[in-house]
Amino acid sequence: MYANILGLMALCLLWPVLALSGPRIEHWQTDKGSRVYYVHNPELPLVDIQVVFDAGSARDGDRYGLATLTASLLDSGAGEWDADTIAGRLETVGAVLSTGASRDTSWLDLRSLTETAKLKTALTTAAEILAHPRFDRSDFLREKKRLLLALKQRGESPGQIAGRMFFYALYGEHPYAHPVEGEPETVEKLTPGDLAGFHSKYYVAANAVVVIVGALEREQAAEVAERLTVGLPRGESPPPLPPVELPGKARTLRKPFPSAQTHLYTGVPVLRRGDPDYFALYVGNHVLGGGGFTSRIVKQVREERGLSYSAYSYFRPMKGKGPFVAGLQTRNDQAWPALEVLRQTIREFIRQGPSDEELEAAKKNITGGFVLRYDSNAKLADYVAMIGFYGLPLDYLDTFAKRVNAVTRRQIIDAFRRRLDPARFQTVLVGGGAVADGKKE
Amino acid sequence: MNVSAMNILFIRLKWLLLLCSFLPTVACSAARVHEYELKNGMKVVVKEDHRAPVVVSQVWYKVGSSYEHEGITGISHMLEHMMFQGTRKHGPGEFSRIIAEQGGRENAFTGADYTAYFETLEKSRLPIAFELEADRMRNLVLDEKEYTKEKQVVLEERRMRTDDQPHAKTREHFMAVAFTNGPYRNPVIGWPDDVANLTLEDLKSWYERWYAPNNATLVVVGDVDPGRVLRLAKRWFGPLKPSEIPPPKPRTEVDQLGERQLKVEVPAKLPFLMMGYKVPVLASLPEDRQWEAYALTVLAGILDGGESARLSTRLVRGSQVAAAVGAGYDLYDRLPNLFLFTGTPSQGHDLEALEQALHKEIERVRQEPVSADELERVKTQVTADAIYERDSMFYQAMQIGLLETVGLGWEYLDRYVERIRQVTAEQVRQVAEKYLRPERLTIARLHPLPIKEGQRVIPAGASVGGDHVR
Repeated sequence: MYANILGLMALCLLWPVLALSGPRIEHWQTDKGSRVYYVHNPELPLVDIQVVFDAGSARDGDRYGLATLTASLLDSGAGEWDADTIAGRLETVGAVLSTGASRDTSWLDLRSLTETAKLKTALTTAAEILAHPRFDRSDFLREKKRLLLALKQRGESPGQIAGRMFFYALYGEHPYAHPVEGEPETVEKLTPGDLAGFHSKYYVAANAVVVIVGALEREQAAEVAERLTVGLPRGESPPPLPPVELPGKARTLRKPFPSAQTHLYTGVPVLRRGDPDYFALYVGNHVLGGGGFTSRIVKQVREERGLSYSAYSYFRPMKGKGPFVAGLQTRNDQAWPALEVLRQTIREFIRQGPSDEELEAAKKNITGGFVLRYDSNAKLADYVAMIGFYGLPLDYLDTFAKRVNAVTRRQIIDAFRRRLDPARFQTVLVGGGAVADGKKE
Repeated sequence: MNVSAMNILFIRLKWLLLLCSFLPTVACSAARVHEYELKNGMKVVVKEDHRAPVVVSQVWYKVGSSYEHEGITGISHMLEHMMFQGTRKHGPGEFSRIIAEQGGRENAFTGADYTAYFETLEKSRLPIAFELEADRMRNLVLDEKEYTKEKQVVLEERRMRTDDQPHAKTREHFMAVAFTNGPYRNPVIGWPDDVANLTLEDLKSWYERWYAPNNATLVVVGDVDPGRVLRLAKRWFGPLKPSEIPPPKPRTEVDQLGERQLKVEVPAKLPFLMMGYKVPVLASLPEDRQWEAYALTVLAGILDGGESARLSTRLVRGSQVAAAVGAGYDLYDRLPNLFLFTGTPSQGHDLEALEQALHKEIERVRQEPVSADELERVKTQVTADAIYERDSMFYQAMQIGLLETVGLGWEYLDRYVERIRQVTAEQVRQVAEKYLRPERLTIARLHPLPIKEGQRVIPAGASVGGDHVR
């Protein structure tokens, strides 16, 4: 007891130091080869755990929706337990579990109290879900029907329709092209066997990143990681995805839709996680359309002209080249003029880059507020998962501000010119304003 | 007392304080909330959270769409937008620029019962937020040119959030039918024609009427010293003059005379159901009946507190009549509101089948007390959530601001878990029986119309080269 209290005290006193120098991420591998990333954050009696597999929708093959449906079936039955039992076990200890997929990953998130008995129940349940999902036919049919309805509902939303078209336009034959949640025709054909096959191939220890952030000691964290992955076969990580080929020429696609607004996206594949141009592009985009109300796109589109409620640009770095996306939504009769403002703003930025004042302001915003990005256990866990999954250096958060400050105006102009070629931009418009280009049909 | 004894005492106290931050007890969090009132009537509430060198500052005004009358709906939200368009001292957009330069995030949100503005900053920069917020509380410049443009932005916001969203549109019409004279009948963003016809004069008088220190609560959560926060608040907000603010008229909703139904026909892909029962909220209940609001909260948890709750277990997985279904109740609204059910029937089932299934579940909670296991599960979840919520400084500030603004007071936060734990199975049954009755019910059914969309993607020819927040 005495030792415990001393331990707690020591941690407490240590915290201010940790906060100044960024959280200390510890990293090791489990016996079966899962990569573990751990941060000791003792302030609240809770822990955020993420298990991330290189098993995103990019691994669907031609069975679009496979990763998504597999993830959504995990907690519908595992080992001896059916869905009711699993939900009951988790919720009677106050744990919150979710599963899902992105283009790069399939993941399981677990938030639990650190109270020993409660945490144990939550972990045992999560481990069983990961290792022995049943993919029972009745559960499968129900979840498939629900997914098919969700896909149908996608057709209500001009924004979602545009987003789907945009990724097809950006990625062509690449596995990033199709929507993460699949297409009705492909989901319709999926079988429980497909899911089991996907699971046994990709939900393996060597393909797993385990993130543990919270009020657990190092030894407890090691135990958690082992316990979570103990049922997984060692397996191996999958080969890299094929490289992303850039679109050969610029295209503008449109789809008329009976909505009050037209949604539009424009962009091109650009950025991988860990790319040497990352900081130049990231800081540059902060000025262009990533910095909210102070960014050029918001100023030009919204503050000067009142054309849109939301207007933005961002890079979404992924394993393969993730997209640069700029977008807005506007009243149908303003769609083409708004697109022109957006394009003009981007073109001008690629040509001239930021002003010295803009660059300075962007750096101040990014570095001055950097600590805000991981000021909660949940946010910190997300960063650690990103660092772990994409293999970024463990001191990524510590060095972030320094690398932002090192970016020059020249580097930004150079990176934008090399990496963002408007002659390859893909543009999509969906809505009532997608009927004609305002000049001639 | 000798010196060494004093030292020991000091050390022990320090230990206790340190330990305090590890224990998930309500008492701990209570000990760290500080409440002040400035001479001009402005309330200041500070909650220490020393986990990171960050501070959240929020200014909450007691005004929102439930304070508005017909013809000017949406004015609170419109004014929220205009609050970023400059003061005598700082031009349009300056507010955002200054906060951004300080590494901060800022924005605002409007609800039925509040309008709130926030900044999140590295802790040493708190005075900057105070200076700017104090400035725009009394010195806003409402300029015609900025307003003309901002009105277009708000109309775009409305199109995005409501007009092109079948569920949001259904909800808007549903509320307008459920409430006859009570102000929750109007949407926060306002009816389109009201928004389009708001004038600068309307906004000026709305600003003058509600934006004053005695109608505001300053909430600060973060790595701060409460005494210092108070000194800063006095310095920046202290000099502001209070106003005479007539309280909003009660506008008590008339008794409903029977079940209300509406059909919404809009282009959509899936049908959608909303069922709302008129229920009291904490602020509308006398002390000795406040347990009802906690019992209704537990009831929502029994029905929809996760995958093991009744609606998911029985309607999504059991009978599979629903593809999605939910139940919700918000005990912290200012005026009596609705206990709400929403749902989408699964393939092969229709709205009627879903409605019947919901009625069956409602009958059950009205007649049978919930099981001890279910009750315990909800209580465990509520206790756990209270700990999880402390992970977000922003959320903690939101809860304090909301409770102050609806007139309950932040102390309700600390009572919450305890009051929930006191709820009995019989009390849950009682509130269900008392409130989930046909004469309190409004039902909306969304019947999808076909969407006439272009069947093909059309290349547009060669390219030319190329919660309501603000």
